Amino acid sequence: MYAQMVKSTGKGVQSRNEMSPEDRAFQDRIDRGEKIEPKDYMPPSYRKTLIRQIGQHAHSEIVGQLPEGNWITRAPTLERKANLLAKVQDEAGHGLYLYCAAETLGVSRDELVEMLHSERMKYSSIFNYPTLTWADMGAVGWLVDGAAIMNQVPLQRTSYGPYARAMVRICKEESFHQRQGYHIMIRMAKEGTDDQKRMAQDALNRFWYPALMMFGPSDKDSVHSAQSMAWRIKINTNDELRQKFVDETVPQAEFLGLSIPDENLRWNEETGHYDFSEPDWSEFFDVISGNGPCNAERLSARRKAWEDGAWVRDAMLAHARKAQNKSKAAE
Amino acid sequence: MSHQNEWPLWEVFIRGQHGMSHRHVGSLHAADAEHAIRNARDVYTRRNEGVSIWVVEAEKITASSPSDKGPLFDPSRDKVYRHPTFYDIPDEVGKM
Amino acid sequence: MDAAQKPLFEFLLRQGDNALVLGHRTSEWCGVAPILEEDIALANMALDQIGQTQLWLGYAAEVEGAGRSADDLAFLRDVYDFRNLLMLEVPNGDFGRTQMRQFLYDAFQVPWLTQLQNSTDTRVAEIAAKCLKEALYHLDRSSHTVIALGDGTAESNKRMDEALAFLWPYSGEVFVDDETDHAMATAGVAPLLSEIKPLWLETVQTVLVQACLTLPEGDYAQKGGRTGFRHTEHLGHMLAVMQTLQRSYPGATW
Repeated sequence: MYAQMVKSTGKGVQSRNEMSPEDRAFQDRIDRGEKIEPKDYMPPSYRKTLIRQIGQHAHSEIVGQLPEGNWITRAPTLERKANLLAKVQDEAGHGLYLYCAAETLGVSRDELVEMLHSERMKYSSIFNYPTLTWADMGAVGWLVDGAAIMNQVPLQRTSYGPYARAMVRICKEESFHQRQGYHIMIRMAKEGTDDQKRMAQDALNRFWYPALMMFGPSDKDSVHSAQSMAWRIKINTNDELRQKFVDETVPQAEFLGLSIPDENLRWNEETGHYDFSEPDWSEFFDVISGNGPCNAERLSARRKAWEDGAWVRDAMLAHARKAQNKSKAAE
Repeated sequence: MSHQNEWPLWEVFIRGQHGMSHRHVGSLHAADAEHAIRNARDVYTRRNEGVSIWVVEAEKITASSPSDKGPLFDPSRDKVYRHPTFYDIPDEVGKM
Repeated sequence: MDAAQKPLFEFLLRQGDNALVLGHRTSEWCGVAPILEEDIALANMALDQIGQTQLWLGYAAEVEGAGRSADDLAFLRDVYDFRNLLMLEVPNGDFGRTQMRQFLYDAFQVPWLTQLQNSTDTRVAEIAAKCLKEALYHLDRSSHTVIALGDGTAESNKRMDEALAFLWPYSGEVFVDDETDHAMATAGVAPLLSEIKPLWLETVQTVLVQACLTLPEGDYAQKGGRTGFRHTEHLGHMLAVMQTLQRSYPGATW
């Protein structure tokens, strides 16, 4: 989701026989539902995978500020402006909580940021799509946050303590995000003018498949899932979550009077789920490897902000050190 | 790559509205303690969560070691007489 | 609107437009600030300003009595009807200039709102009391940031010096009393701005000394923002962005 393509060992799940006694004890703790804490023993590959996953999650929050930030200055009313700004601010907060969780694993925030900027770490593909009309603020909140919540709620039970605690806080705060987006959609699609209805449908058309891609590749192509699930840093499979998302979203679209851009979408009595078309996975792999519509812009915006801010970070620290030296000298 | 210019990490503790103890809520980066208090206000009390903030530099915290978990915490397990349910009091005495 | 109410309406627009324009500029930082902690803090500042806008312009709309709302005032007036300070509409510049502007404004808002709490207009007094709490925190934060950046490194000192030199001429118009201000003072709604200036200057001087910066010489003042007589070219561009949806789709609700 926010962590779509996290490489774990890449070798599938280790069997108990292959494990060292320490690793076996570690796996037993996880199987008992115990939380792993920063100073506890953990296999190096668990640590590495978690750094990637939490880092990718954090980067997604930060890059995710940009597509919605694109509309803060154009929000149509004072209230909408405040709602949107508070939401994008929350994303910065969530990025911050997650970076702090990653830092407990022995990596610094600056190192993670550098890895994002040098494209050694990824962020969710969804944020490489442009936001073109105000209805996109509705669609992003409704679909993108809706998909994110679906993944994040189970992660509150993940095995790594600091990650689980960050997710608890994030889920609590995010509960208004999806409602905020859907509220915009109601106003436009259900109660709006013809122009607004058109905008709302157009936004759904553009964001539907990218939202489905957020859950990552199909389970059969997802090589890293099994080990991550054994470690309980991934709780559900990609396809499970995608199906759950479709099942919940279709009636919401119907309520809005909008149509999902999928001719194959229909209720399946036998399975009790909706049948739907897979997204175009070649597009997904293009976007994730850097060739999406906004990859270059998003990264250059992040790099510029970071570089432009260097003098500020340096100066604040220099001042703090001077003040500290002064107070030491006075003692 | 050196990170000597990264702002130090601070742990943040907040006392909520109801007079309970300060509780650890998370961490953040700040140049010094006062800056950390202000950042904590902006980051961790956005939803009216707090009435008092403590910050402490993360590296100043001394933590117990996971390998000491047994000797530190197991011995209290069998001291059940510290809990009120250990003592049977006849029902006719009433609530105690 | 009753002619007697006109100065009050004008007075309220000045308060509301300051908050609106500063809040808008500050919100431009969302997602691109120097570090996450500052990004979040700036968003809080902007949110406070948007809230203050709703209070001041909401009351202005009531006083006007023409059936307009705070949103109508924010999104459907043109440049010459805006009454904000020029200092707040000019582009953000770097983070240092944004913080210096915030500080110069906060150092004015704190004594100003403190006095407005005693307004004979109880609505003004109530709004001021609410805004003052926010302004006190803003001043705490912006003054510490200005001190840290002024004192920090050679580069940061130079940038803050430039920020101050750029903004200083715009600070002049803040304290020039005109007919509206005299009418408000006579009615006991607000003190004269010229009475606030010494308090402002004292705060500014105290902070600038700690920030290793010196007060610019010369008292040439750029004016025309709070009277609406002559804004900068920047305000029109800001409004073109801010008002785009309300202007493009008249009558739609969002």
